[in-house]
Amino acid sequence: MAFYRSHVLVCVDPSCINKGAYEVMDALQDELVAQGLIDEVQVLETSRIGACISGPEIMVYPEAVHYVGLTPEDIPDLVEEHFLKGRVVEKLQLKVKPVVDEELGPPKAKEVRVVLRNCGKIDPENVEDYIAEDGYQALANVLSTMTPDQVIDEVSRSGLRGRGGAGFSTGKKWSLCRAVNDFPKYITCNADEGDPGAFMNRRVLEGDPHSVIEGMIICAYAIGASYGYIYCRAEYPIAVRTLNIAIQQARGLGLLGENILGSGFSFDLEVRQGAGAFVCGEETALIASIEGKRGEPRPRPPFPAVKGLWGKPTNNNNVETFANIPQIIINGADWFASMGTEKSKGTKTFAIAGDVNHSGLIEVPLGITLREVVYDVAGGIKDSKGLKAVQIGGPMGGFLCEQHLDIGVDYESLSGAGAMMGSGGFVVMDDETCMVDMARFFMEFTQDESCGKCTPCRVGTRRVLEILQKICNGVGTPEDLATLEALCPEIQRNSLCGLGQGATNPVVSSIRLFRQEYEAHILEKRCPARVCRALIRYEISDNCTGCTVCARNCPVQVITGERRQMHVIDTEACIRCGICLQVCNFNAVKVVS
Amino acid sequence: MDGNVLHKPPEAHGRVKVRQVSMIVRDAIHKHGAHYDALIPILGEVNKELGYIPTSALSEVRKRLHHPEDGVFVSESQLYSLASFYSMFSTQPRGRHVVQFCESAPCHVQGGRNVIIALQEALELKPGETSPDGKWSLVMTSCLGVCAVGPVILVDEDIYGNVTPEQLPMIFAKYD
Repeated sequence: MAFYRSHVLVCVDPSCINKGAYEVMDALQDELVAQGLIDEVQVLETSRIGACISGPEIMVYPEAVHYVGLTPEDIPDLVEEHFLKGRVVEKLQLKVKPVVDEELGPPKAKEVRVVLRNCGKIDPENVEDYIAEDGYQALANVLSTMTPDQVIDEVSRSGLRGRGGAGFSTGKKWSLCRAVNDFPKYITCNADEGDPGAFMNRRVLEGDPHSVIEGMIICAYAIGASYGYIYCRAEYPIAVRTLNIAIQQARGLGLLGENILGSGFSFDLEVRQGAGAFVCGEETALIASIEGKRGEPRPRPPFPAVKGLWGKPTNNNNVETFANIPQIIINGADWFASMGTEKSKGTKTFAIAGDVNHSGLIEVPLGITLREVVYDVAGGIKDSKGLKAVQIGGPMGGFLCEQHLDIGVDYESLSGAGAMMGSGGFVVMDDETCMVDMARFFMEFTQDESCGKCTPCRVGTRRVLEILQKICNGVGTPEDLATLEALCPEIQRNSLCGLGQGATNPVVSSIRLFRQEYEAHILEKRCPARVCRALIRYEISDNCTGCTVCARNCPVQVITGERRQMHVIDTEACIRCGICLQVCNFNAVKVVS
Repeated sequence: MDGNVLHKPPEAHGRVKVRQVSMIVRDAIHKHGAHYDALIPILGEVNKELGYIPTSALSEVRKRLHHPEDGVFVSESQLYSLASFYSMFSTQPRGRHVVQFCESAPCHVQGGRNVIIALQEALELKPGETSPDGKWSLVMTSCLGVCAVGPVILVDEDIYGNVTPEQLPMIFAKYD
């Protein structure tokens, strides 16, 4: 077989032929001969390359340059420039507006992509794209050269810990399930990514579904499971579709089903869609939901590793945990363990949201400092405002503030500072955020999502929320703060699952870090950040030019004033919607507290 | 977790024919299997077809799946407990268009608060309500996972990102 340094694919789609594709191809052949390049450049016919709108088009590999609208007259120049001199002829090149990926984009400073490495790069609906990126290589290695114990040993040595948030050693979890002598065993993949603001798993499922499937098959082999479920939340219809396509393709290649790759090992899996219940991200609730019941958690022990789905041993891992597995097998435990800190190895994906310049997904080595994440990776606070707080780990995560900027983002440091890793939500709040309002907001979420099974969570979260609402409404009393401080630890201690146990974290941590704000609300009836509606009022300053735009936009018509005269807001009747502030072009409307 | 839990189950609505419900349930069971663990997908199918799960559908599911002789017990109260637990299921009829607003933190800090106020004013509905003409329902939803473009609203199956209060009338005008 001859070797060529360049391959030119000429589109011979009927519409390109009509526009002279063969003439261009002949001219190309002739010119390559004339310039003595015919032994180095191969010309091939191919089916459609692009949209075939602008006439004869060619694709030049390996550099993947796409030329369109060619005529035979363009060819001599093109051959000389591109194939002789190695310069792209820009005027003939297809100009495509680059697609801006607001979620992921190219890696930012200090990012290391392991789990997200294929996202946006490969076609998730084509298994061959994944295979070309070493996909299923790890599975083949495992099935042909490793015993289940060796797999577990490798995963243990890598130091990988559960990426769902709790951070339990994955190798340990697998070995516990493997040790139980009760069959059949099951595997569940927790794709019920319910934390508001966290969408890392969705991107992996939509962008690289096979990495999760491969990780699951390897896990099944290691623990001896025969069937698996991916429990995906219903809010992610595209992920469900992509997964189903991927599963079907894997089955078609013999990577799922009976006797995988001729190894004698059999395993299959299916996707189960949730129906909208945050608590189903808790593993026992998730199992109940797969069984067709209300997604309510139950006390542990027995742990799912012993009694899970239908009372059988079940291993549950998060999407990101599974997606790490093939990479650990291919590159080795030492490679994985070389990233991160002593106890937190590898990388972690985070979804950064809130008041930062670059929101979206990132993947960073564990141990990176909060400061690096906020200011280097996420590009700092929007509009050059100051940082007030960061909340990591979803609605049950604690707040961190300026003083914590130099702690490392790893399991131990975060919990030491009163926050938690959680699944990877990362909300940044600027200095115009009211922390009492934020605590109330998160409490509203957990109170609403409390499944209602155990009393501390069901009743406790409601009481806490009511007190916070009182404070925000300006009717809080000094006793309220004491009640909160007494009640929150009780809810934490006595709740059945992680939801109740973590629900009060935002309250406890905001009281600890921002006590003066609570006191301002309660004692001075003032909201320092000027957010809580009951405690603020809108006033018009003498910047007012009397343009009347505020009066015309006021939904309750309480702004009065003559044209070209200063306007006045009737504070009593004002509903504090803030529209006047937004529409004023002269910076005349002020919020006062 | 669903505001409906404490209410009496609503009666099957006049406009939903019993035969139609029966066929939908039959097809859903055929598609997902006559197993206990298929109950959630089956109810999901009914909810998708009718926009809500009427009590007649619950009794239809029970009739078809309750086989004590095989040790399979399914009761209507169990089914109602499922239908009322999961927030994607509605036990009340919904409007022709369902507007879902993401109430999560990232949307909240990106100006979601003003959007939800404007939404309620524009539709003249509170969360969980359906307009008297049956056109709109306003529902709060959990995070839709597209936080990079918050605030986000979902009208039926269409997602709108970076929503501002001013855009709402234009968005709603697309639906009739």
